[in-house]
Amino acid sequence: MSNATDKTQPIEVRFRGGGFAPKSRRWVGLAVFVFLIVVMETGTRSGWISALTLPKPSDVFATFGELWESGLLFKHLAPSLSRLAVGAAIGASIGIVVGVLIGLFSYARAGLVPLVAAIFPIPKIALLPLFVIWFGIDETSKYALIAFGTFTPTVVATYGAVDNVDRSLIRMGQSFGLSWFSIVRKIVLPGAMPGILSGLRISLAIAIILLVAAEMLGAEYGIGAYILEAGSLYDLERLFAGVVILSLLGVILSTVIGFIERHLLGWRE
Amino acid sequence: MDIRLDEISHSYGDTEVLRDISLDIPDGKIVCLVGPSGCGKSTLLRLIGGLERASKGRVIQLGAPPEGCLNPLTYVFQDFALLPWRSVRGNISLVLEDHGIKAARADAIISDVLARTKLSDFSKALPRQLSGGMKQRVAIARALAVKPAVMLLDEPLSALDSQTRELLMDDLVALWARQPFTATYVTHNLQEAVRLGHRIVVLSRRPGQIREIVEIDRPLVERQHRNPELEKIQRYLWDLMREEARAADEELLDV
Repeated sequence: MSNATDKTQPIEVRFRGGGFAPKSRRWVGLAVFVFLIVVMETGTRSGWISALTLPKPSDVFATFGELWESGLLFKHLAPSLSRLAVGAAIGASIGIVVGVLIGLFSYARAGLVPLVAAIFPIPKIALLPLFVIWFGIDETSKYALIAFGTFTPTVVATYGAVDNVDRSLIRMGQSFGLSWFSIVRKIVLPGAMPGILSGLRISLAIAIILLVAAEMLGAEYGIGAYILEAGSLYDLERLFAGVVILSLLGVILSTVIGFIERHLLGWRE
Repeated sequence: MDIRLDEISHSYGDTEVLRDISLDIPDGKIVCLVGPSGCGKSTLLRLIGGLERASKGRVIQLGAPPEGCLNPLTYVFQDFALLPWRSVRGNISLVLEDHGIKAARADAIISDVLARTKLSDFSKALPRQLSGGMKQRVAIARALAVKPAVMLLDEPLSALDSQTRELLMDDLVALWARQPFTATYVTHNLQEAVRLGHRIVVLSRRPGQIREIVEIDRPLVERQHRNPELEKIQRYLWDLMREEARAADEELLDV
């Protein structure tokens, strides 16, 4: 600063703003997938990835084609999807109800928050034998396992979302003499919706994880059963084909929630 | 309908915020509550509208609310309190739905209040598309929709810039001139108080007590900007409050 030359030489102000504002870059996600698949394909073909480490993506794709043509794909997919739908629907809806109750009532909060905290870290897979005893080996125990697994994250997300609803809006509702029920339906629930939906993203991913676990026991058909069978035979192509289906399922569910968010939460921006 | 405050005292735990406040809010007049920050003026407003319960004393309604009144004591909040997921129209219909007013009847009321607040062209806009001044006009329209007996305005212009504030004061004066309403107006801005208040209640700092009540007789429509008489009153009010405002500013908050 005290240097004489510094005083005479003008220095342009360096730009230091910008960043910290992710923008939508639509095709980058796809490009990452394509890049990884191309690396795997060239690696397995040229031999620097051994056939025991990874299957050839083209072989996986061929297996997938066989599954499709033989009609086995839908034989496996249909029961899995119905288990996922029923289980996740039960778990998420009970979770939202309980979460709202915790968010609204002091006694529900005092009584249920510790219980939810105690249930949350239990690996639900460990309870599978218990569910089989309680609900039998058929579909009910699978629904129960998936429902139980989606329930806890939904509860936590929901009561957090209800807590975050702007209290001044609730006070406004009271000051205009709205009924308790109207305040919950027209102010609390819409206000909590962003938090509930982002919780649902996590819950549904967990539901897919538990779907595979649920199909470990007594399932003839199902994506989970298919993967486990392939795994026990070290049939990597089929294993990967199954895994790809689960991944696709995850991507589709996440897209659906994104669509619902855009539709329902258009007011945000 | 008049409102009478009967020896109201209020404390939060050990902190006494209001002491022995007795006050009449006469029908058709605007009563301004001013005082240094933390003197309990917003708390007093919440007590008047029944959003909080006073530790001692009572708030009494004298006379019946006017016919067609859906919500006798109606607030306008500093932060507007609009539902961001509802349009301007939806925000107003929110307060009508619970009274079973729907479809054509609601439309008539909404169109009327939107016209009175000069918002007719914006009925489909969402709150995020509106400027602060427009949001507060929506909140005022919503308050008018329930035909209140008494409007309780909690620093309604404090979140706005000074130009918007000036415009909205004109709007409030025009609304009152067209159809006089009863209001209690909490503000820390003395310019607003002398512009809109028929009666200005000066509260002391915590615990808030009434220090003085100043009446201004000049009609609202004749209170133009920079009127010397009003400026004199404003200076007088400031002299009353200056020392306390300084002390209140230097006080530690124990919350």
